[in-house]
Amino acid sequence: MSAALELDESDRGGAAQPLLIARGLVKHFRVPGAKGRGEGKVRAVDGISFSVFKGETLGIVGESGCGKSTLARLLMHLIRIDAGELIFDGEGVEAPDGITIAELRRQMQMVFQDSASSLNPRMPIRDSVAFGPYVHGQPQAEARRIARDMLLKVGLNPDMLGPRYPHELSGGQKQRVNIARALAIRPRMVILDEAVSALDKSVEAQVLNLLRALRRSFNLTYLFISHDLNVVQYISDRVLVMYLGQVVELGPVDEIFARPKHPYTTALLGSRSSMDPSRRIEEPPITGDPPSPIDPPSGCRFRTRCPHAEAICAEQMPALSAWSDRTSHVAACHLHDPLSGHSRAGTMGSA
Amino acid sequence: MSTTTHDLPETALWPVETTAEARVRGYWGSVLRRLLRDKATMIFGLVLLAIIALAIAAPLLAPFDPYKDSIIGRLKPFGWRGHPLGTDELGRDLLSRLIYGARSSLLMGTVPVAIAAVIGGSLGVIAGFAGGRVGSVIMRVMDVFYAFPSVLLAVAISGAMGGGMLNGIIALSMVFTPAMCRVAETTTSQVRSLDFIEAARATGAGPLTIIRHHVLGNVLGPVFIYASSLVSVAILLGSGLSFLGLGVKPPEPDWGLMLSTLRQSLYVNPLICALPGAAIFITSVCFNLVSDGIRGAMDVRL
Repeated sequence: MSAALELDESDRGGAAQPLLIARGLVKHFRVPGAKGRGEGKVRAVDGISFSVFKGETLGIVGESGCGKSTLARLLMHLIRIDAGELIFDGEGVEAPDGITIAELRRQMQMVFQDSASSLNPRMPIRDSVAFGPYVHGQPQAEARRIARDMLLKVGLNPDMLGPRYPHELSGGQKQRVNIARALAIRPRMVILDEAVSALDKSVEAQVLNLLRALRRSFNLTYLFISHDLNVVQYISDRVLVMYLGQVVELGPVDEIFARPKHPYTTALLGSRSSMDPSRRIEEPPITGDPPSPIDPPSGCRFRTRCPHAEAICAEQMPALSAWSDRTSHVAACHLHDPLSGHSRAGTMGSA
Repeated sequence: MSTTTHDLPETALWPVETTAEARVRGYWGSVLRRLLRDKATMIFGLVLLAIIALAIAAPLLAPFDPYKDSIIGRLKPFGWRGHPLGTDELGRDLLSRLIYGARSSLLMGTVPVAIAAVIGGSLGVIAGFAGGRVGSVIMRVMDVFYAFPSVLLAVAISGAMGGGMLNGIIALSMVFTPAMCRVAETTTSQVRSLDFIEAARATGAGPLTIIRHHVLGNVLGPVFIYASSLVSVAILLGSGLSFLGLGVKPPEPDWGLMLSTLRQSLYVNPLICALPGAAIFITSVCFNLVSDGIRGAMDVRL
């Protein structure tokens, strides 16, 4: 509880050092070729770079299938990285003088979307929580004590609920157990992969507030992955928008939600259902399904669904840049590049 | 929840959730409770226990020496000179032989299945958890065994190794290993794809720790259920081997062997000839129904 006030000894890189830096992460899945065209590749994550600063919550949004979950598993090294590098608190993961995957996992944990399947059905929940400390060398009694403590921290009575099995708990309770499990080995960063998406709205709000409280008391950094824009807006400090395995926009949450730069972000925000009748949506802001990540469109990947697409968009892939204005709010769109050759370049961002 | 300004008050001390029902029952506790409620399973379970008790206490319970023959008292009917179930083709007491025969039949039914469950189960868990090439190699080898009909395979193996009870048990173990392996492999690969295995990996646990703590508990149930359903098949196959002269050797009492030798006397005293068959039938039905009951009790929607 007092960890937030003291100087964190594990904080090696200093306050200014981003906790996690991802550079050019790539993951391609091989798929058997259709119609005799040979083997294809799903470009699930295709060159993603970003930083997560200490103590912040970085929200990641995007449609289903845009590579959000693959990115989360890449960061945890649950699947092999094809290319790119990961730097945790200034130290390269698996780099010659860096940290090992085991050390990374000690400092970074993950909460999965499906609260039911991420708990062992044949294990009492206190044992599921105690498993992490036990694996990291704590004696059984100490691991149990940590589990009790963690269950209390997430608001579950360890005496009554601890010996129970996952199927005896509600969805919200199960997700609390998962959070306790992730926090039991005292990580510095937690990846929340659609952690509240499967919950009821009322339970979702409870868990979100729990996450905020835990972030403060354990001095955590969150990577919050969700398709729900309202939730991301509520919990995030910065937001990263993904489309077909690439970053299209990244910036402070208020900036992104008030002044989206990328047409895809605009469309996503426009697709939100609103309780306000005066903000009625006249026509669907975005149509169709995203193109296949096996054979993505040339140039800008969003051009097939973009209302502003021109010839240049098919030819050149736009770079992720702040272009003319604020440096912390970047987008990958030719509209914002005065030199791109797009007929309306430079006219959109200034609005 | 539409904007960040609508912050709910945050407190680190949450109202701790409890449930109304404070009684906590473990998984196996609830399985036992459901089993005790299941009348049919309990009755057949008691019959099974009685058969097992008969086999264990055979020397105490058998009224006659099962090997003592008699030239004059062959194929006599029920109750003849104190023989409750009559005598067989060599004048030996049929009830005593049936009681002693339960020993070899139960042995042939359970030992090969247990051996197959351990060997096949371990191979299956390894194949399912490792996946990829290791899994393919193990499973393709098992498929080779699978390709033969089980009766033919058992006959071929014990035929090649010669008769006798030990060889019969080895043959049956080899017959059941691929099936057990497949069940264990299927369950393991299903379990492996669940998020809690990923979560355990993310915690930093190695494969052996994960198998010990997270896989075995989930695979044991289905393997045990399948094994218990195989016991009746093993009894029948074992009896079949003895019937064909490849299992237990005469004059050892064995239900399958008794069925085989009494077969020739079918027209002399059909009732007595049917008794070993009835014993096999009752035992395997009991094993089947009890294993069905256990399956039902263990099948909780988790």
